[in-house]
Amino acid sequence: MTDHLLKTVFGRLSLESLPFLHEPILLGTFIVVALLGLGLLGVVTRYKLWGYLWNEWFTSVDHKKIGIMYIILAIVMLLRGFSDALMMRAQQAIAFGSNPGYLPPEHYDQIFTAHGTIMIFFVAIPLVVGIVNFVMPLQIGARDVAFPFLNNLSFWLTAAGALLTMVSLFVGEFARTGWLSYAPLAGLQYSPDTGVDYYLWSLQIAGVGTTLSAINMVATVIKMRAPGMTMMKMPVFTWTAFCSNILAIAIFPALTAAFFLLMLDRYAGTHFFTNELGGAPMMYWNMVWIWGHPEVYVLVLPAFGIYSEITSTFTGKKLFGYSSMVYATVVITILSYLVWLHHFFTMGAGPTVNSFFGIATMVISIPTGAKIFNWLFTMYRGNIRFELPMMWVVAFMLTFTVGGMTGVLLAIPPADFVLHNSLFLVAHFHNTIIGGVVFGLFAAMVYWFPKAFGFKLDEFWGKVAFWGWVAGYWIAWTPIYIVGLMGTTRRVNHFDDPSFQPYFIIAAIGAVIILIGILGFVMSILVGWLKRDQLKDASGDPWDGRTLEWSTSSPPPAYNFAFTPVIHDLDAWYDMKSRGYHRPTTGFRAIHMPRNTGAGFILSALALVMGFAMVWYIWWLAALSFAGLFAVAVGHTFNFKRDYYIPAEEVAATEDKRTMQLAQGA
Amino acid sequence: MNPTGDIAVQQRNLILFSTGVMLLIIVPVLALTIWFAWKYRRSNPNKTYDPNFDHSTTLELVIWTCPLLIIIALSAVTWTSTHLLDPFRPLERIAPGKPVPAGTRPLEVQAIGMDWKWLFIYPELGIATVNELALPVDQPVHFSITSTDQFNTFFAPTLAGMIYAMPTMKSELHAVLNKAGDSWGYSGNYTGAGYSDMRFKLRGVDKAGFEKWVAEARASGKALDTATYLTLAKPSAKVPVMRFSAPMPGLFDKIVNQCVAPGTPCMVDVMRSDRMRAAGKPHDPDHGPAKAPAAHTPPTGTHPDAPKHPGMSALAPFRMPGAARVAQA
Repeated sequence: MTDHLLKTVFGRLSLESLPFLHEPILLGTFIVVALLGLGLLGVVTRYKLWGYLWNEWFTSVDHKKIGIMYIILAIVMLLRGFSDALMMRAQQAIAFGSNPGYLPPEHYDQIFTAHGTIMIFFVAIPLVVGIVNFVMPLQIGARDVAFPFLNNLSFWLTAAGALLTMVSLFVGEFARTGWLSYAPLAGLQYSPDTGVDYYLWSLQIAGVGTTLSAINMVATVIKMRAPGMTMMKMPVFTWTAFCSNILAIAIFPALTAAFFLLMLDRYAGTHFFTNELGGAPMMYWNMVWIWGHPEVYVLVLPAFGIYSEITSTFTGKKLFGYSSMVYATVVITILSYLVWLHHFFTMGAGPTVNSFFGIATMVISIPTGAKIFNWLFTMYRGNIRFELPMMWVVAFMLTFTVGGMTGVLLAIPPADFVLHNSLFLVAHFHNTIIGGVVFGLFAAMVYWFPKAFGFKLDEFWGKVAFWGWVAGYWIAWTPIYIVGLMGTTRRVNHFDDPSFQPYFIIAAIGAVIILIGILGFVMSILVGWLKRDQLKDASGDPWDGRTLEWSTSSPPPAYNFAFTPVIHDLDAWYDMKSRGYHRPTTGFRAIHMPRNTGAGFILSALALVMGFAMVWYIWWLAALSFAGLFAVAVGHTFNFKRDYYIPAEEVAATEDKRTMQLAQGA
Repeated sequence: MNPTGDIAVQQRNLILFSTGVMLLIIVPVLALTIWFAWKYRRSNPNKTYDPNFDHSTTLELVIWTCPLLIIIALSAVTWTSTHLLDPFRPLERIAPGKPVPAGTRPLEVQAIGMDWKWLFIYPELGIATVNELALPVDQPVHFSITSTDQFNTFFAPTLAGMIYAMPTMKSELHAVLNKAGDSWGYSGNYTGAGYSDMRFKLRGVDKAGFEKWVAEARASGKALDTATYLTLAKPSAKVPVMRFSAPMPGLFDKIVNQCVAPGTPCMVDVMRSDRMRAAGKPHDPDHGPAKAPAAHTPPTGTHPDAPKHPGMSALAPFRMPGAARVAQA
């Protein structure tokens, strides 16, 4: 009777499900995390910051604040994902011959799954979305995104997904199936515990957020551009953000559907992806890769945009070949749908199919190559200032080109027969994602940080971050390329051949150097904040920028632009500056703005509870939270207090303050 | 990268060749990047600064043409090599300049990925082994590959590239080993806890050595019958080499059809009976013995675009609303 009652109330959750009670490593982690968490809560309570956080940040619909929250989430998750990486590198460096290493398979397998899942879904995506959120509306002269509430909801759904993944660290366990949770391994028969359920619910909740955010960004680019900004006068970053979000809208439903069918298999006993009763696990592979390959371009296209903006700014030149850059972006967007099969050439689709997908993959390198040349010829006859963002660009060009080459190599099916699922492949995609996406995101954070906070990051620590990442990348991944060529496969936790060990030790040293890079970045924020008076940017245009975001103050006012700018040319702000633009100082009017709402936070909290209840089979709680979700969503549609006006006097006061600031700076 | 089989040698040469072709463009790009970054730095007074240089038709042509040419070359290589090195394609040569002698029949080997070991059956020789694959040198081999539960890849890097071993499906691989010597083979696709130690010893031996090895396996006296197989099929890691004589006949097909255990219906039979009952296509008049007379009357409502081979389509043929049901009744 009590058993039955316990099962009804707690589902399959029991004291047994708390692994940190009997695992010393997890117990230590748990204590540290709990203390840090309590400390943070204590500080917030002590300084009475709850109201400030709730009113100014959590419920905010301001695209700039949401962008910053996305980035903070991504950096926190980066620390988690990177500690997974360090643990893997340590394991592979010592687990040779008779030494089994310190991680048994059930831990090691969770760690590499969590590393991949977190790095893509909760680091790379939130960073990209955060930067697009912050920068893109400013670049097109808009006051907010098209759907401000949806933006807030998207962020909190992503955060709820991330939190659910983190919960799996201490309650139950995470998936042990690899970052895409391939069927049939991820089916109920082979993974009966909660891991895959955590994985599925985290990513479904976060995926809704990403899809909604993509819809929002596309609508913003289409509808909210300042007058005069035709499509071919949009900054390149806006173009790439636009294409990237179009891609995201098209592909995320495929992932959601694949996950949904897998959920049905696991919860409702269907057989979409099982071996028996007509299931087709291969279908799952196809569906996740129809999402998975374009996803790479969802991440890297905005990074390409970032490099374009930075190159143009720091060479003091117009971007070489703007229209060829735009066409290259569009071509990549379209082609990226046609290549997913190259992730499993070795399934035996036949030489004609394999050749088609192989050649389609190679064709993508043509527009990508054109882009590299465009940056190259932007540097040509330039006047290059090697400040931090530009250093990241050059490091990107040198690193990413090599990653592109190994990618084309992998696209040749017979070569892929040797290299598929090897560490060579793992080195290749880290080469493109670190060298392409991560370098770009760090460049973006250094570049736009003064816009967001009004002071630059500390340069010394910024250089530590730069050299740590760049040197660390090469030291960590070159040996992995080599052992991959020698036939070492991925996801292995133990090796027999002792001749590989030196390579893995070097790789582990490289990972530690990357750690220095990450800590250097955190330090550059801290030191920058301490020296914020010295590093202050009063002008709003610290780098002699060329696009509209630099025309407003740093940080920008809530309404971004007191008057919506009118665009006449590419590089609108450069154009305005060279024509002797005068900032209007009178004639301000009241500005219509969206009002903050807590609905996004509440909905996401309910989604988190529902996900957790579904993972643990706590059906009553799942039903209750779902009913709650429905009620709050419907209730929010009756909230008619959605907007307000910033009075003209307040606008005038803000702008006068800026006039004073500019006068002092001059 | 130390191949001892002709297929693996060709794959390695292909990797080296295409890397070489790509370096034709990669090296200049890297060099130009460093050169431009150095030359056009702000502190260099001896440079031309042209802030409005943003277009040049000649350069644009070069920018798009150079990668295009490289990719055209690589595409040609891709098309031919993908066809020539297709794992399903029977071998034409044993080594460069050494065609397969006429009348040679390849050695048949059936490879089965299990949780977490490899089972090899030599059906014509009447032996089977676990985690050990011996191949006579210069003898073409034809592998039939499947798996019991998980998606594995059959991966012997010195012999040939990998191909997936998938439950309920059969893959094929043609290969030949040219040098005697031992090396390792793996599964290249993660399958759970015991995956890291799922490897087999690949032994290249000469003709005499192979016959000796076969005789030894036969002499082991352990038969691979249903009971032994079912015990073996249970998940187990770090399995030592095992040799069996007399694997039960038709074992491979039963594994593919998931019906080794007595009493389980074979998938192929299930599918056949489903097809006879036209499961999933209750309105398709071309199927189903029960309605024999109706099936012979041409369906009046069939859409002209309905698939000619119903087995090729997962969807029931499209019909005008209502028409088909009337025809069926």
